[in-house]
Amino acid sequence: MSELWDKLVFYFEFPMVQRAMVVGLLIALCSSLLGVTLVLKRFSFIGDGLSHVAFGAMSAAIVASVLLKGAASGDNSFPMWLAKLLDETNNMIVILPVTLIAAILLLKTGQNTKIKGDAAVAMISVGALAVGYMLINLFSASANVAGDVCGTLFGSQSILTVTDAEMVLCIIMAVLVIGIFVLFYNKIFAVTFDENFAKATGVKADAYNLLIAVITAVIIVLAMNLVGSLLISALIVFPALSAMRVFKSFLKVIICSAVISVICAAAGIVISILFSTPTGSTIVTADIVVFAVFWLVSLVKGKE
Amino acid sequence: MSEQMICADAVLGYEGNAVTEGLNFTVSEGDYLCILGENGSGKSTLIKAMLGLKSVMSGEIRYVGGFSSKEIGYLPQQTPVQRDFPASVREIVQSGCLARCGLRPFYSKQEKERCASAMRQLGIEELAGRCYRELSGGQQQRVLLARALCATSSMLLLDEPVTGLDPKAQLELYEMIAELNKKGITVIMVSHDIHMSVRYASHILHIGSNKQLFFGTCEEYVSSRIGQSFMLSEGGDENE
Repeated sequence: MSELWDKLVFYFEFPMVQRAMVVGLLIALCSSLLGVTLVLKRFSFIGDGLSHVAFGAMSAAIVASVLLKGAASGDNSFPMWLAKLLDETNNMIVILPVTLIAAILLLKTGQNTKIKGDAAVAMISVGALAVGYMLINLFSASANVAGDVCGTLFGSQSILTVTDAEMVLCIIMAVLVIGIFVLFYNKIFAVTFDENFAKATGVKADAYNLLIAVITAVIIVLAMNLVGSLLISALIVFPALSAMRVFKSFLKVIICSAVISVICAAAGIVISILFSTPTGSTIVTADIVVFAVFWLVSLVKGKE
Repeated sequence: MSEQMICADAVLGYEGNAVTEGLNFTVSEGDYLCILGENGSGKSTLIKAMLGLKSVMSGEIRYVGGFSSKEIGYLPQQTPVQRDFPASVREIVQSGCLARCGLRPFYSKQEKERCASAMRQLGIEELAGRCYRELSGGQQQRVLLARALCATSSMLLLDEPVTGLDPKAQLELYEMIAELNKKGITVIMVSHDIHMSVRYASHILHIGSNKQLFFGTCEEYVSSRIGQSFMLSEGGDENE
C-alpha cells in the first residue's frame, strides 16, 4: 500500500500531473452541473452528438493546419500565421465556434422542424464523425493516424499533455460556466421543469435554452481533452442519474451530482496514474460504479 | 365588473390554415369561464393565443385595464417529464415568482412570503419539503395551482386540470378553484366535463369543430338548444 502511496506522491510532483488533476476536476464539476438539466430535458444524447461534431471540427482544423503549412511560402506569410494560430490554440479557435453553432441548431430543432430532435442528433453526430475520420485519413501528416484518432475519441493520455495556457483557459471557462449556472440557477430550473409555464409568465425561455446550449458546447469542447469525444456523454449523464436515484429536490440533486462527479474524476485520474489505465475510461468506470451503488441504495430505500 | 380580456373576431390556426374562426367573447373580473369543445376544436391553440405565446391570424385578443397576458397564472397539462422530476414542492411553487425577479438571480423575501401564502391557501404547507414525483395526482395539481397563484393575483388559466384524477380528487380540486374564484380571482378553465362546468362556471364558451358555437352565461347555455343537446349526449355517454 505504502508503495502505491509513494508512487502517487512521486507522480504528483510533476506539474503535468497537477495540471491534469486541476483540469479534470473542473471539467467534471461543470459537466455534472449541466448534466442534471440535460438529462431532465431529455437531451442526454446532445452531449454525444456535440462531441462528435467537435471531433469533426478538430479533424478539419488539423487538416487545415497541414494544408496551410504546405501552401505557405515563407515563415512570415499569412497561411503560416494561420497555421500557427491553429496549433497554438490547440485548434480551439475552430472547434469551439463550430460546436456552438451545432449546439444551437440541435436545441432549436427540438421545437419545430421537419427532422425531429433525436433524428437530427443522430444525423449530425454520425455525419461529423465520418467526415472527420475521412479528412484525417486523407490529409494527416502524422504516421500514426489510427493512434491519433483513437486518442481523440477516447482521450487516452491527452489530459496529461495539458499545457499551462490550456489550463488557464480551462479555469476561466469553468469559472464562467459555474458563475452563469449559479446566477441563472432559478431560471434554469424553471425552464427545465416547465418551459410552457415559464414562457406564459413572461420568462424568456428561448434565451435561457440558448444559454444552456452555449454552456453545453463549451463544456463539451473542454471535456474532449479529459475523456475524449466518445465518452463525454458519460460525464454528463452518470452523475446526474446517480443523484436523481436518491435525492428529491433539485438543489440536492445538483449538489450531489457535482460531488459524485468530482470524486469520480479524482479517483479515476489517481487510479489511471497508479495502474496506467486510460484516464477517460477509468473516470467513466468510476461513475458507473457509483451509479450502481446509488441504484442499490434507492432500491433499499424504496422497500422501507 | 370591469372587463379584463376581449376576444374580437379572432381566427386561430397553424401555418396559414384556420382551425377556429369567429371567436367573440369577453372575460370580466371575477368571471368563471369554462371553455368546452371536442378534441381538435382548437382549445389548446386558443390557450396559447390567450397567453400571448401564439399570435391570432386575424382579429384580436386584447387585454384591458392595465392587465397583461404575463399576469395570467397558467396551469398547463402535465408533461411526462414533470411526473418524474426530482424537485421539492417549495422549489416548484417558487418558480411561479420567477417572472417577478426579472434579471435578479435569487428570490427576495417578499417572493418567498408570497410562495408560502400560496401554499397556505391551497393547504399544501406541510408538503413543502416533499418530492413532487412522490405526490398523488391531486396533490401535484395543487402544487401547480399554487405556482400559478404565485404568478398572478387576478386571473387563472387552467388547461383540463382534473384530467387523470380520481373522482374525489377531482371534486376537491373543483371546490378549491371555486373557492379561489369567490375571492375575486378570474378563472378560465378548459374542460371536458360539461356537468361540472355547468355546475361551477358563470360563463360558457363552446367551440365546435371550426367555429364558436356558443358564448354566454351558464344559465343561458343550459336553456339553449346546443347546451341541452351537448349535455344529453355527454350524459348518455356516462350511463353506458
